[in-house]
Amino acid sequence: MDFASAQVIGAGLAAIGVGAAAIGVGNVFGSFLESALRNPAAADGQQGRLFIGFAAAELLGLIAFAVAMIILYAR
Amino acid sequence: MAAEGKIDPMHQFTVEPLLPLHIGGYDISFTNSAAWMLVTLAVIYGFMAMGMQRQLVPGRWQVAVEGLTGFIDNMVSVNIGPEGKKFTPYIFSLFTFILVANLLGLLPFSVVGIHPFTSTSHFSITGVLAVMSFSIVLIVGFWRHGLHFFSLFVPHGTPKVMIPLIAAIEFISFMVRPFSLGLRLFVAMIAGHILMEVFGSFIVSGFSGGPLGWGVGLLSFAFIVGVAALELLVCAIQAYVFALLTSLYLNDAINLH
Repeated sequence: MDFASAQVIGAGLAAIGVGAAAIGVGNVFGSFLESALRNPAAADGQQGRLFIGFAAAELLGLIAFAVAMIILYAR
Repeated sequence: MAAEGKIDPMHQFTVEPLLPLHIGGYDISFTNSAAWMLVTLAVIYGFMAMGMQRQLVPGRWQVAVEGLTGFIDNMVSVNIGPEGKKFTPYIFSLFTFILVANLLGLLPFSVVGIHPFTSTSHFSITGVLAVMSFSIVLIVGFWRHGLHFFSLFVPHGTPKVMIPLIAAIEFISFMVRPFSLGLRLFVAMIAGHILMEVFGSFIVSGFSGGPLGWGVGLLSFAFIVGVAALELLVCAIQAYVFALLTSLYLNDAINLH
């Protein structure tokens, strides 16, 4: 296999991590919504924590994306 | 730009010098990045100046400005407490700068005639913002608590045996903060813009193809409308997350934990 094809395949494999992060972000918002509907009165106070969890989950997906880009544009 | 079917999504992020300027071997040209940061500043200044009327019965614009300042003020006082009041201006400038820079970068090609440049899509910009937040946290922490600030690395109630391990982990997570802060914003912007660029070029190359290509173009068009709406949301969320995390880190430095 030549370098260019290996590069593209590697970038594609690295992009799987973005999908995994999508599961994480969905989990964060899903769990928040589930519990917010059980106790709507307490939901507003937890919005800061919601976004911290979202930021943490999203960051890992973005790192996967950055890795994919580094592989794709490596010389 | 899609030229002859070749997609080059990275072209939009090139920093081009508008006014070349070299002093003492350093390249300090006035670039499109700097120009768009100035535009950002002008937009923020205009928005604030139009709203700061101090009328007893506020007009629409004043309500918008008061809503924005009230939002940041509330976020800071909830996350830091009464002592965070003096950091409100910093968090506010951070939030408005990131938000407006993100939104300006989303402007379509034809609205302003020249291709808008997202200054927040470069790690050199977001990294500096993150380092600024991080150094404020360090300065405030050491100023208020002296060497006691290091107790940040040992949470309350840690068993004696676990202290070295926990301290090492906390130290790493503390030192990673500026990188994660800057990286998140910059990668989120890059990813969104690449996505829009790629699907935009699908539309162009799709419509220059056969009937099947028109289908692809239409689908891409429908998709890109959704993505553009999502990007507006992401712009706001990234600015909010940056400001929120900065205020949380400041809370760590002020109140220890």
